[in-house]
Amino acid sequence: MSAIDHKPGTIGKPMPMTDARTKILGLGKYADDLHAPGMLIGRILHSPHAHARIVSIDTSRAERLAGVQGIVTGRDAPTPYGILPIGHDECVFAVEKARYVGDNIAAVAASSAEIAEQALDLMRVEYEPLREWFDPEESMRAETDWIHESRAHNIEKEYHHSFGDPDGGFRDAAFVCEQRYVAGEVNHAAMEPHATLAIWEPDERMTVYSSTQVPYYLHRTISEVCAMPMNRIRVIKPLIGSGFGGKSEVIPLEIAAAVLSRKTKKPVKITYTREEVFYAHRGRPRTIVDLKMGITREGRITAVAARVVQDGGAYCGFGPVTVLYSGALLGAIYDVPAVRYDGYRVLTNKPACGAMRGHGTVNVRFAFESMLDELACKAGLDPADVRRRNLLDAPCVTVNGLRVTSYGLPECVEKVVERSGWNQKRGKLPYGKGIGIACSHYVSGAANPIIRSNMPHTTVNIKIDRDGAVTVYSGAADIGQGSDTMQVQIVAEVLGIRPARVKLVSADTELTPIDLGSYSSRVTFMVGNACIDAAKKIREQIVAAVAKRFSCEAEDLECADEAVYKRNDPRMRASFDDAAAMAIEFHGALVAQGSYSPPEEARGGTFKGAGVGPSPSYSYGAQVAEVTVDPDTGHVRVDKVVVAHDCGKALNPLAVEGQVIGSVYMGFGQAMQEEMIWEGSRLMNPSLLEYRIPTTLENPEIECIIVESNDPEGPFGAKEAGEGSLAATIPAIANAIYDAVGVRLNTAPFTRESVLEALKKKRGGQFDPAATRGGNGASGGANAAARRAERST
Amino acid sequence: MMRKELLHFRVNGEDREFAAAPNRLLLDALRQDLELTGTKRGCDDSSCGCCAVLVDGVPVLSCAMLAASCEGCEITTIEGLGMAGALDPAQEGWVERAGAQCGFCTPGFLITTVALLRRNPNPSLDEIRDALSSNLCRCTGYMQIYESVRYAIEKHQRESQQRVSAPPAR
Repeated sequence: MSAIDHKPGTIGKPMPMTDARTKILGLGKYADDLHAPGMLIGRILHSPHAHARIVSIDTSRAERLAGVQGIVTGRDAPTPYGILPIGHDECVFAVEKARYVGDNIAAVAASSAEIAEQALDLMRVEYEPLREWFDPEESMRAETDWIHESRAHNIEKEYHHSFGDPDGGFRDAAFVCEQRYVAGEVNHAAMEPHATLAIWEPDERMTVYSSTQVPYYLHRTISEVCAMPMNRIRVIKPLIGSGFGGKSEVIPLEIAAAVLSRKTKKPVKITYTREEVFYAHRGRPRTIVDLKMGITREGRITAVAARVVQDGGAYCGFGPVTVLYSGALLGAIYDVPAVRYDGYRVLTNKPACGAMRGHGTVNVRFAFESMLDELACKAGLDPADVRRRNLLDAPCVTVNGLRVTSYGLPECVEKVVERSGWNQKRGKLPYGKGIGIACSHYVSGAANPIIRSNMPHTTVNIKIDRDGAVTVYSGAADIGQGSDTMQVQIVAEVLGIRPARVKLVSADTELTPIDLGSYSSRVTFMVGNACIDAAKKIREQIVAAVAKRFSCEAEDLECADEAVYKRNDPRMRASFDDAAAMAIEFHGALVAQGSYSPPEEARGGTFKGAGVGPSPSYSYGAQVAEVTVDPDTGHVRVDKVVVAHDCGKALNPLAVEGQVIGSVYMGFGQAMQEEMIWEGSRLMNPSLLEYRIPTTLENPEIECIIVESNDPEGPFGAKEAGEGSLAATIPAIANAIYDAVGVRLNTAPFTRESVLEALKKKRGGQFDPAATRGGNGASGGANAAARRAERST
Repeated sequence: MMRKELLHFRVNGEDREFAAAPNRLLLDALRQDLELTGTKRGCDDSSCGCCAVLVDGVPVLSCAMLAASCEGCEITTIEGLGMAGALDPAQEGWVERAGAQCGFCTPGFLITTVALLRRNPNPSLDEIRDALSSNLCRCTGYMQIYESVRYAIEKHQRESQQRVSAPPAR
């Protein structure tokens, strides 16, 4: 039996990925591994100015260079595009002006990379520099020199929401905190740099292989920008070296390769350098959160208010969605009766930000969970207990109209408290050691599509012919998270066959139906449900044929163990092969289609911006982090993180654990060491050497506990697992640092310098003692930490 | 353009001959001249470890080595692990314990792991972490990679014991 060959009935059991073997043999093809006969190499000329009018572009010398086959500029593809229908504000090559260092000006296709690079050196561009905007709070006060003329004061979008009675809530609170939190800008840093191979076909068609999370968007955008009908373009997603949101928007090189291929009528491949990946960006924006929260003496949250400013960079991208998620998911994890939200997406002359794992929720969660900890300490309450006192009474609808169908948060909190030894450790560890708790949640897919339409969010086709081979056609993009495996597992489960019998054809726009892509953790929930739907329909056809042959009722037949058989009558049994043959004889080749659309009642309210946040279901998680802080050097070591994640039902625990641990890892990186550092227009660390994603040496031990709340609408009860746990890691660490040394770090990442600065401030007496002392003098963590600190000095 | 020279490698047990300029990186020679695309490029500055290969049994970053300096060397890439139809225990570990999610860092990690286990067949967790710190993974958070290495160690130990306890051939 081979390593990936498993017995039927794999739902809920650990199953290796169906593509693991290809990957460990080094045989899987990622976009940059592909080659086409006569292929040219493309390179892009980037702007050295952050904000400048393009006066002229002279490519004549480059064109004369031997080996150069084609050069394109803004004139070759002037149609603006963007991921949101309201934000078509970027062109593949800047037409009038460059808006960030790295903005795309021109591209060349040549017979080798060396010649392409020489050609870039020969291009002459004259710029007229304009006023540059780097600080979002300054940018949003701009009266002139706006980055986009149609966006007054450089504000891409602002939203103002109020639910319940926030002012009344603050009046009723026994304890109120107000504080500014700042989270640094971070990049996905997927290990595979983006790559695209566009192949112009002799019949005026184009095939594009690209590192994309969403073949559908890329398909649409190439069609718009290249003014070619979608039916003449085929987008194929090869293996993807992960995305985390960085490959969910259309990235300039994807269009650049297509435009160059159309112009040269040859295959063109462009692969970004790592530096280009950082400048293409679309990561998590630097976020300023001014937060206010009130709680009663008993620890019940009475109101929360947030003003959020996101430094969005030079183009719209996913921006309005990001800033809406920050508001929609701010309070909805708990029973918060009143929420006020003012969100601003601001344009600056830096690379555009976009969607990154935990889209929009991470930085507000850092602020919220840090402040809840502070308020708990003020009230002299156990922070874990405060979370227990604010739980939703699910199923329910939150104050901002989000429908909650399953809610494993209570169990998550209990599990991490128990497993971490919270009750024995909190406030009782020696000075320098600390423990902190935080919670988070996330959508299992967006209930409303970005491009409004009534079409299902996903459609899956299944075909059975010949020898009982089952082929599934699905547009879902496996980017390393394992969605291919999930679909194979589900179809096999419904048909009662081994997963090895199921062949999946995925993410090829010529063969597979439209799927909205791999983002917002939608694939398991939505595509999983579509797979169940399609598999049940094809099962009905098989069962009908077998029932006819056995002269029995279809309802008496079962599909399991690679056979169709009559319940309680082992003589009435057909192997799956025979059953499929009977059905083919009866129906012809078997085909079935399944789809998924979120139910109406999951689609949220009607106010402006209500479309973002609603999901058919939400995941929940809780985490406890333990840290060791060296007060002399400011060094923080995260010793361990215990995470419990409510994924509804773990279809494949091996994959769920990988997703949850990976989320915590990425949260740890943002908490402790990752940040894009800018000196004006210039990124100081556009490389993996200087933008330090955690290695095995820094990364803490992460223990994952799966909680199963069995969502009533999820496929076999499942919901998302790949994003929700990221957000809690940052505040869990911040709260643990407080428990260790009594200082609150409100700016991420928590560098040694910031720890030392906070400790210095505290010793110098400038630290607000009211914020650190328990309200009734009870054994708050801070109180204990402060006492320990006094003893130690 | 620098003049190309004829180079001879023994790659994954096969003799290969190709022409390359003196400034050709081993990584580009493997990926482009020899069409062994299993070895990956993840960065510009030798910091990610995706391009690790064995040169005469020693793990090196192929992006930081000239092809010409490997003339006559024995090179093992990911495509050459677990030859003769059988997977290397590390490869099996990566399948069974989900060491690979997106799989892009996997070739580099496997090469580093194979080199580690040849040097030290029973490393502690700290030794594993230390050895694998030359490689970056953005998906897994490393925990399932440690599990994958442990699987390989245990498999290797089981097989060694079986060899010891098997009756001597006559």
